[in-house]
This record gives sequence, structure tokens and C-alpha cells, in this order.
Amino acid sequence: MSGRPSGAQQQVARLLSLLPYVLSHPNARLSEVAELFGVSERQILRDLNVLWFSGLPGLAMGDYIEVDMEAAEGEGIISVSNADYLSRPLRLGTDEALALVVALRTLAAMPGSYDRGAIDRAIAKLEQAAGSAAERAADVRVEVDGDAVADVAATVRRALDEKRRLHLSYWVPGRDETTERDVDPMRLALADGRLYLEGWCRRAEAERLFRLDRVAAISILDVAASVPPQARSRDLTAGIFQPSPDDELVTLALGPGGRWVAEYYPCESVSESPDGGLTVTLRVHDRRWLRRLVLRLGGGGRVLEPADLAAEVVADARAALDAYA
Amino acid sequence: MEGKGHVVNQAKSERLMNLVICLLVSRGYVPKSRIRQVVGGYGEQSDEAFERMFERDKEELRELGIPIETGSFDPFGDEEPGYRIQRQAFELPEINLEPDEAAVIGMAARVWQHASLAEATSRAVLKLRAAGVETDTSALAAIEPRVAVEEPAFWPLWEAVRDRRPVRFAYRKGPGAPATERHVQPWSVLSWHGRWYVVGYDLNREGPRLFRLSRIAGEVQPAGRAGSYQVPPPDEVRGAAGALAPPRQTASARVRVRRGAGYGLRRRATGTRVGPDGWDELSVPYADAGVLAEELAGYGADAVALEPDDVRKRVVERLRAVAGEDAA
Repeated sequence: MSGRPSGAQQQVARLLSLLPYVLSHPNARLSEVAELFGVSERQILRDLNVLWFSGLPGLAMGDYIEVDMEAAEGEGIISVSNADYLSRPLRLGTDEALALVVALRTLAAMPGSYDRGAIDRAIAKLEQAAGSAAERAADVRVEVDGDAVADVAATVRRALDEKRRLHLSYWVPGRDETTERDVDPMRLALADGRLYLEGWCRRAEAERLFRLDRVAAISILDVAASVPPQARSRDLTAGIFQPSPDDELVTLALGPGGRWVAEYYPCESVSESPDGGLTVTLRVHDRRWLRRLVLRLGGGGRVLEPADLAAEVVADARAALDAYA
Repeated sequence: MEGKGHVVNQAKSERLMNLVICLLVSRGYVPKSRIRQVVGGYGEQSDEAFERMFERDKEELRELGIPIETGSFDPFGDEEPGYRIQRQAFELPEINLEPDEAAVIGMAARVWQHASLAEATSRAVLKLRAAGVETDTSALAAIEPRVAVEEPAFWPLWEAVRDRRPVRFAYRKGPGAPATERHVQPWSVLSWHGRWYVVGYDLNREGPRLFRLSRIAGEVQPAGRAGSYQVPPPDEVRGAAGALAPPRQTASARVRVRRGAGYGLRRRATGTRVGPDGWDELSVPYADAGVLAEELAGYGADAVALEPDDVRKRVVERLRAVAGEDAA
């Protein structure tokens, strides 16, 4: 669709689904219909009012769609009849079919999510119903790193279904530590193309996200999961990596070979430097993570500030060089 | 008033609905003059105002995906052309979904974190609900599949791939690098580790190229007719996107790793020899000596490259550069 649809367009699009819905669900509740369509009850009443003035060409007596406005406004019950010619919804549009099929293919690639068979059958039926509208679905792909973590994901899924506690050996790459923890699983999430377990970590006494490809070992304990009532799922819309304003602010000078850092990690500021590199500032929660990053950069980046952190990195490099002396 | 907020011109919605019904229930093409008579709202307009209004209404309905056809049954073409909507092209065909199939479709509607795509999936699910499909997802609440799209270039490229329309955009080879204009026939948009890319034929460089959406500066402009190129077979498209897949690890390095450290190396090691001194010796497969050296340098004093010599030298070079020592 070019540009935003007009208000009347949106209303007509909704009516072409609303009408078959209420025809096939006699005496549907206004509140439920409003929730299903994601609009207010008042909006559904306005929609019904449009239907009330619609009907067969000429609009003679008996041609109008019958809408019980009194029941809708008074009791919140929707009753519509005399519109059998619009008892089926409009076929799926290209964007609708594409968005749905690509989403389903993404689910199919996410291990531990749903029964592959059901997803494949659903895709086949949708493609059948959508016809040519779904033809382009192969041209949009969301790659999920699924195979390598399939076993871990299956274990997480089973623990979720059985509501049992998990034990994890979990690698924290920033510190290069493998930690042991008991976790009460809350959900299995896909974000940024990777799988995560979100759960209540008994060690941290807080919600934590665990990236499944960093789980070194996992087992289901013979203990019922008990997620405390104060546990809240993280809003993943803001992204997985959320720097805190309390974290230390670090300034790095990146050479041309280290520019990727600015693209890979959220930076507070990025500016060009005359040598073809960049000067960036970023929030650092754990100094060990940053020290490892600068070691990896191998001269492609160095710490400008704070000075003591710069000295720590130099000391790290010298200690590592001792083994090669 | 229309288009803004909730204030919708009721008369216009009624007119559009009545126009749809009129064209859908008629047996043949309905002449424009007849439409003007029977669809409320047109009759009171001047000739000119009616023409404008009718053209716009048709356009808006077509944008919703309503297939309004123009034609005439008159073999001599003398008759005034008319309009119709064929039911089979209009209606969603029968679709019978098992409860588990319907449930996954309900979940799929939650995947996209992009306004236009989320709306498109919601509309699709509403159509299915209206056709009698019950998409109860309450049993699946513990699964949270999210696909985010933050790059503004995504939507115009989705449309370009969908319509097979060449595009033009300014592209930076890296963050902060100068942007150069690219003229591309997009084949496919894909997401890898949460980042979006477009693969297509670069008309300036005369070859397939992969572009990262976050490096597109400014707007993606249409630059050619829809349907003016063909997308090669899937294998070729995948090949062009192959740079995203991790390269094959054909070589192996010997690395000493302190016990309890280096899980990133241990998890892919093909062999581990436990040493008596608190250190283990791993065989680590790799594809590129430079990339492995970078990784090993990151472990600092917890990992020591033993062989091959090439990897060992590169690690030392990197560490010396960080330590501020000149390469020997």
C-alpha cells in the first residue's frame, strides 16, 4: 500500500473481517470483539453503525444489513444478519501472507518452540489459501542459529512444560568464567536471531537471560520451579544488550581495523579521527569484558580513558606475552 | 475529516461498503452510470465531482486488495465499460486448520517487531478468525519469539523485493565511511544474528553483492520498473549471501588453556589433553589464522598458542601492539 491508509480505508478493511466474524459468531460480546480487533468498544459501535447503513444496491426496504444497535449499545451483544454475501473475509494480501509465512518459517527454525509438523502443515495450508500472494515468501528469511542449541532448547522446553527447576553451567564470555546456577525457567525467547532462556536465577536472586549457545551443560532438577511473584519478564523490544547509566564510561581510540566495534556494540558517542579511525565512548559493566575486547583488537584500539583501565590492559598483554618469552 | 485519529467520515465508509457490495453481488459488469444511481453518496454530486470521487474510491479499495475489474460483455465495445468484483478472487478460500496449526499461526502473529509487518500479520490473523479459525495461543505463553526490525531501509527493500523493482541508495562500507551511490536489483532480504541484509545484483559493480541495512545512508529510492528483473534460483541467492555463514574450519591449532578458562575454545575443541599442571592442551579447529589469533589474544594469559607457528606469531604481534612494544 502506498502511504498510510485513510481512516475510511482502515474502517472498511476492518468491516470486511468484522462482518463475517459476527455473522459466524452470533451474539458475540462487544467487549470481546473490540479486544480481538484491537480497537475500542466505541469504535466497534461506529463500525456497526456503518453496516447499518449498508446493503444491497438501491437500499430498498429489506436490502439493508440488519444490525441490532439497541442490543449492541445496551447489552453489549452483537447481532447482525441479512448480509450472507459478505460471509467470507477478503483473501490475504501479499504483505499479510508474506509476513505470516515468514514468521511461521522463523518459528520452524526455533528449536524448542513448537511442533515442526504443525508449523509445516500450517504453512502449506496458508500458501494454498493465499495463492500467488505467498509466492515471495522465500525471498525474506530470518536465519536462526537453531541446530547447535537444539538439545539445550529441548531441555528448556521440557522444564517449562513440567514446571521444574534447571541447573546450568553457564559461560560468561566477558569474564571467561563458567558459572554454576539453579534457574527457575520463565520462558524461551528468540531475540536478535538467537535463543535465550529467561528465568529466575537462584544465585543472583533476580531475572536473568541466558543465551543458549553459552550453556555448557544443562539438567532438569527434581525440584518444582518456583518463580517469585515479583519476577518480571524483560521487555525484549528494547534489545538484549541494555547498558545501564551506572556503568563506567570508557573512551576508546579505534584504528581503521577496529571500526567494527562502533557497529557491534551500542556506543554513547562516535566521532571520526584524522587517522581514519574513530573515537567512541561506551558504557562498561565489567572491566574484564573491556580488557578482553582491547586485547582482541591487538593494537586496533586502545583505551584513552580512564587511565588506570588503560594500564590494566597493558599489564594483561605483558602477562600474556610472558608465556611466549 | 478523515485519516486523522478516530474521526472517520462515516458517509465515506458507507459509500465504500455499498460500492463493494454492489460490485460483488452483481452478475456482470456494472456500468458507471448505474453505480452512480444505486450507491448512496454519488447521486448528489456534480458530474465532475462524481468522477473524481469514484476514481479515488476505486483506488482506495484496490489498495486494500479488493480486486475490482474493468470490462464489458459487449463484443463490439460500444457499451459503456463497467466494473465488477469476482467472488472467487475476492474471498479467502476455505481453510481448515487443526487446533495445533491454528495455535502456531496465532503465535506467528506475535513475531514481528515492526509496525507495518505486525499490522499485516494482525490483519491476516483477523481474516482467518473471521473465517472461523480459532487461534488460541494460551497454551504457548512460555515461548517468546521476537524478530526486530529497526533499520528504516527495511520496508522499502521488502517492497522492492516483493515487486521486483530496482532501487538506488547511498551505502557506507563501514561505520563513518563515506557513502557511495549503489544501484541494485534486490533479490532477498535476510536477517542474520539480528542484523538485516539485502542481497542483490549491483548494477554498478556488475555482480551480486550483500549490503547491510544499517549501513544504508538516507532513503532507498525506486529506480526502475516493477517486475523488470528476475531473481536467480535459490542456490545462487544463498551463495551470494554466503559471506554471512561462518567459513569452514579446515585447519587445527594446538592451544594451551588454563583449566576453568577458555570455554569458547573448549566447546569446539576436537581434542583435549588434560595436563598435570592445571593447564589443558586443546586441538582447536579454525578457518582463518588471523581470526583465531584475535580470539586467542582476547584470552590474555589464560591461553597460549603452541602451533602452528603462523598463529603463534600473530598472537604475539597482537599482544605486543597492545603492550606498546614494537614488533621484534
